[in-house]
Amino acid sequence: MSGASVTEASSGQKWIAGVLVIAYALITIMPLAWILLTGFKTPPDSIAYPPKVVFTPSLEGYVNLFTTRTRVTPETLAALPPPANFAEAIVRDRGMVIAGRSKFGERFVNSVVIGFGSTALSIVLGTLAAYAFSRFKVPLKDDLMFFILSTRMMPPIAVAIPIFLMYRQLGLSDTRLGMILLYTAVNISLAVWLLKGFIDEIPREYEEAALIDGYTRLQAFVKVVLPQAATGIASTAIFCLIFAWNEYAFAVLLTSGTAQTAPPFIPTIIGIGGLDWPATAAGATLFLMPVMVFTIVLRKHLLRGITFGAVRK
Amino acid sequence: MAEIVIRDLRKDFGGFNAVKASSFTIADGEFFMLLGPSGCGKTTTLRMIAGLEMPTSGEIWIDGEEVSRKPARQRDIAFVFQMFALYPHLNVRANIAYPLVSQGLGRAEVAARVAEAAAILGIEAMLERPVGGLSGGDRQRVALGRAIVRRPKAFMMDEPLGALDAEFRERMAGELRALHDRMGATTVYVTHDQLEAMQMGDRIVVMNHGVVEQFGTPQEIYDKPATLFVAEFIGSPPMNFLPFEGRVAAGGDRVRLGGADLAVPCQHEAAAGRLVFGVRPEHVTFDDAAPFRGRIEAVEYLGTTQIVTLSSAHGTIRARSAASLPARVGEAVGLRFAAPCVTLFDEATGRALRSALHGEGGAHG
Repeated sequence: MSGASVTEASSGQKWIAGVLVIAYALITIMPLAWILLTGFKTPPDSIAYPPKVVFTPSLEGYVNLFTTRTRVTPETLAALPPPANFAEAIVRDRGMVIAGRSKFGERFVNSVVIGFGSTALSIVLGTLAAYAFSRFKVPLKDDLMFFILSTRMMPPIAVAIPIFLMYRQLGLSDTRLGMILLYTAVNISLAVWLLKGFIDEIPREYEEAALIDGYTRLQAFVKVVLPQAATGIASTAIFCLIFAWNEYAFAVLLTSGTAQTAPPFIPTIIGIGGLDWPATAAGATLFLMPVMVFTIVLRKHLLRGITFGAVRK
Repeated sequence: MAEIVIRDLRKDFGGFNAVKASSFTIADGEFFMLLGPSGCGKTTTLRMIAGLEMPTSGEIWIDGEEVSRKPARQRDIAFVFQMFALYPHLNVRANIAYPLVSQGLGRAEVAARVAEAAAILGIEAMLERPVGGLSGGDRQRVALGRAIVRRPKAFMMDEPLGALDAEFRERMAGELRALHDRMGATTVYVTHDQLEAMQMGDRIVVMNHGVVEQFGTPQEIYDKPATLFVAEFIGSPPMNFLPFEGRVAAGGDRVRLGGADLAVPCQHEAAAGRLVFGVRPEHVTFDDAAPFRGRIEAVEYLGTTQIVTLSSAHGTIRARSAASLPARVGEAVGLRFAAPCVTLFDEATGRALRSALHGEGGAHG
């Protein structure tokens, strides 16, 4: 036989594969790029036809995102002292003054607290439950695992009304704690099932060696199991965070003020002073950042996490 | 260094009875083999001694202390796993030091003990390497290092050579035995490989279906099998079994089968009905004058010896003879059995009958 190999692609195949991957990447990146660019356009540029690809960047979208503004008469505007900063200058160019801070900052903080809080809680509870299911003789283990999975068998929003009523009774409506508990409840089944798969793959001998070497069961879990389950924990955390971060339906229904997250807030920007696409795009851009950073930080774990169980260590 | 006493040890998993009332004593400093086919309860027994499984009932005494209800960390034993169980996120040195660190020993003491263990095993050069790149044999050396560095009362080894390829296994078996001889520590070693057990063990327990079939030295187990199971499990090829209908009186030394009158060791108990005449292949010789006849079916040449397979009126017989002995397939020959080495079994109970060979009762568990 010549150098042709069954497993290694020829250079031609690699070229074709490369072109296809780049084409696919361009198609998927396009909407994201459009959002990113729109955030730096002025409102007229953002709705210009034909669409502008080359434009003078402006921070107007971001200024509008973080502020509320009032229209004033040209006389009042002329009587004002010179603008104190670039934001005020941009706003005055449109014949308005800054009236105060918008709610976006608070909503974004809510998203961070609720998203990461529920992810952390899901991972802690999920890891402990998965370890118990993986290692101990739990009565009715299979039934319990099925029961946990069954919470995902209908769309969570199908139980929105009971949850809404329950939350009102419990005083959890529009609270961060309520949203953390809700997202944890939804994520816990995913966390338990994924993590059980990962923990099943860690040979018991490691813990048993640790037990014999002088550790208690809990110490063996913390010092031996957790480091080896890091990959699984990281990828499970990404999945949990993505759900909690992007969740819209419950957030609309259960939050309105203090605990509102960014997803239900961003669309409301559109309503302030006409269709403010740059501000909306700016909000979406900022909203995408944390999950992107989190995923990039943990990405080396993610690939192995997604293919979990497929390849033995 | 410790004596280990097992008394009426029993383990049930749900409705399944994995170990049934086993009792035996492992002497201080002994290299003790738990031998049996998979699922016979040998690993469960070892894990109960180590404290990784809690017995359903029974007692385990290590060094004069009853430990059957104590967690593993309080028993002061070391365990070597078949799959090595080296922590993949630590290097060789950290792996060996792990049990000492977990006991809270000082840095200098840990370093000295690790160096000592590494010197004993000849792995000083690889202390800083990650365990991932090591060969199977080296991994098992590191696992041994982690065991000996603790200076435990006893070593538990669960098929430690099972994951190694044949070449390494031979060498590690020798190293293990030499290590044991040097350290003199009580070692309990689980294996399903009868050759490994014979080669390394001071004494062997043979288990089957959760029951101790026999315990004794390798010679006793081989020469005086207490049950049909032991006789078949030990030896390659295994003992020949010729079932026959007959009787033997106490004090008798002959049985009739295949129309031949065959000598057996002087029997100490009478038996009648379905019996089994057991003889090892090396105790079968060819003699044209012998009345017991067989026909050669196959010949396997093994270098210095050959295994001759014969058919007879009482079933297939294998004979081990010198390779130089002419044996042609299809030939009819007379067979003689070395009388002092023959064992008679009761087919129904599978137990060997007491005789001059077996002494009173043997060592049946």
